[in-house]
Amino acid sequence: MRALIAVLLAASAFAGRALAADPPSCAVPDNLVFSDNDLSRVSEAVRKQHQLAITVLGTGSSTLGGPDGPSLAYPARLEVALNQRLSKIPVKVTTRTKGGQTAESMQRSMKDLFIEDKPNLVIWQTGTVDAIRRVELDEFRTALEAGIETLQNRGADVILMNMQYSPRTESMIPVGPYVDEMRAMAQQRDIPLFDRFAIMRYWSDEGAFDFYAAGRDNGLAQRVHDCLGRAIGTLIIADGHLEPFVNKDFINKTSQ
Amino acid sequence: MHAPVATTGRDLRLDLFRGIALWLIFLDHIPSNVVSWITIRNYGFSDATEIFIFISGYTAAFVYGRAMRERGFVVAGARILRRAWQIYVAHVFLFAIYMAEISYVATSFDNPLYAEEMNILDFLKQPDMTIVQALLLKFKPVNMDILPLYIILLILFPPILWLLQRWATLALGAALALYLLAWHLDWNLPAYPEGSWYFNPFAWQLLFVFGAWCAVGGAARLAPLLQWRATMIAAVLYLGFAFLIALSWYVPEQISFVPHWLEDLIYPIDKTNLDPLRFAHFLALAVLTVRFVPRTWPMLSSWTLYPAILCGQHSLEIFCVGVFLAFAGHFALVEISGAFWMQVVISLLGIVAMIATAALISWYKSLEGRSPGPRTKPPDADLAGGEA
Repeated sequence: MRALIAVLLAASAFAGRALAADPPSCAVPDNLVFSDNDLSRVSEAVRKQHQLAITVLGTGSSTLGGPDGPSLAYPARLEVALNQRLSKIPVKVTTRTKGGQTAESMQRSMKDLFIEDKPNLVIWQTGTVDAIRRVELDEFRTALEAGIETLQNRGADVILMNMQYSPRTESMIPVGPYVDEMRAMAQQRDIPLFDRFAIMRYWSDEGAFDFYAAGRDNGLAQRVHDCLGRAIGTLIIADGHLEPFVNKDFINKTSQ
Repeated sequence: MHAPVATTGRDLRLDLFRGIALWLIFLDHIPSNVVSWITIRNYGFSDATEIFIFISGYTAAFVYGRAMRERGFVVAGARILRRAWQIYVAHVFLFAIYMAEISYVATSFDNPLYAEEMNILDFLKQPDMTIVQALLLKFKPVNMDILPLYIILLILFPPILWLLQRWATLALGAALALYLLAWHLDWNLPAYPEGSWYFNPFAWQLLFVFGAWCAVGGAARLAPLLQWRATMIAAVLYLGFAFLIALSWYVPEQISFVPHWLEDLIYPIDKTNLDPLRFAHFLALAVLTVRFVPRTWPMLSSWTLYPAILCGQHSLEIFCVGVFLAFAGHFALVEISGAFWMQVVISLLGIVAMIATAALISWYKSLEGRSPGPRTKPPDADLAGGEA
């Protein structure tokens, strides 16, 4: 009996450690994060140049307000998470965000991205403004296609990121068709989609976060962005096949 | 209240399926509603919109066609336009409710996580533009796209009906030609603040006119075709195919079983322009329905299906009530609780409210001697005039 309890305790300790990579509050099931695509340029940059440059191209929902906003928003959290987990590989995350942009307007100015940065990976967060303005799905699709092509032709891998799950505005912003469009596009182009919508929805269903809250709660926004940043990091490590570079003692570090 | 009886040749199946379509539209309009898993859009290409528009075309031709034969083009045309006006008024009423809801949200919602999403409220800052554009049917909030489509279709309906009664096939051919042209030349009406109509009237008219064509004798012409075994088999196979594709939307990408060439072929399935895949899916459903639900089906006059038939007989009112209830239901889910049981309760309450409203309207109309049920007066084209 004692032996059994010991085994159970050991097993639960092990499970606890496995989960510690993401604090239990915002763990995400594998099928929501992993995409089974290859980020070959990420892989190459890490293996050959021993560094990784990432650019986040996004709109308002890639930022947080306030003086500390930039360091608390998910791009900065992603940088911290990746540098922790790949401690021998310097990772730099640059943010190019501007509110109110549709996929089409982002796609048009996309080339400028490569003047200053040489990203190996671009995380393209889009769709929210398109859904708000109810841009035609045809145009949205065309813009996505053109944008992905531009980014790939300039030598970057692409991760698409869709909208936030926002229950309060659900009856006003028709995100559904745009979410579907982005999922289909990622599937057709064999690129990863960071399904922010599904992940946040999962957190909401699991009770990890209360997205129904209406009040001014900066803490909630910061925790969500932190979790998003780490989840994207997990996706990049998986699809870039960077497991060999992950710190051995990473689990211990973050669980402190 | 009366038990449903098909008087004046009205096909109760139309009321039944339109009533069911209205319930499904209501369920689909509540965001993240777990009960909407039962609606047909999850099991194939088409959804309740196709059913609604087809049956609306059918009943419009049925009701106003008789008026046009008996009282002439001008009288029938005037009635159709009056109907379009009623729908316009209903649409504006719904818009007022929408504005009330969104204004409330604007004053109470301040979550920094959703600063970007709050831009949806920007149009409150310029009500002059927004309200005028809404009156022009260019600004259409979420879930308020079907009525403007219906309005346009009815405004254009008098000459179409006239043509249908003389050269039915020609009218259907013209509708098909317009559909193809709209696809080919990207015709659509402009929307505000940008883009175009979510339901492209140039495309969706095909389904409406097809419904009308069926009502003026097309259904009888198609009847032999529907008896063919091959038609049945084709319909069943196509529905199976659509079901498999729909299934692939809900399984993770890793185990996707749809080959890339097929994806390239069928996607995007364009709702705005009534994709041929959607149209075909509706036709396949209709083939099976007509086959297995005969006009004389005893259940049609039973009490079990009466609530759905009742809703279908007052489709405009019940549609509006449904849109309102979907707003209100979502509001309750946000403000009170979004739990699973709550979604089920809200869905059920909504449908009960729709049925109760339909019963109330029926009662009012019976007071005025306008009941669609049994009556002693001779049939009058105007009786059903409000129910097209």
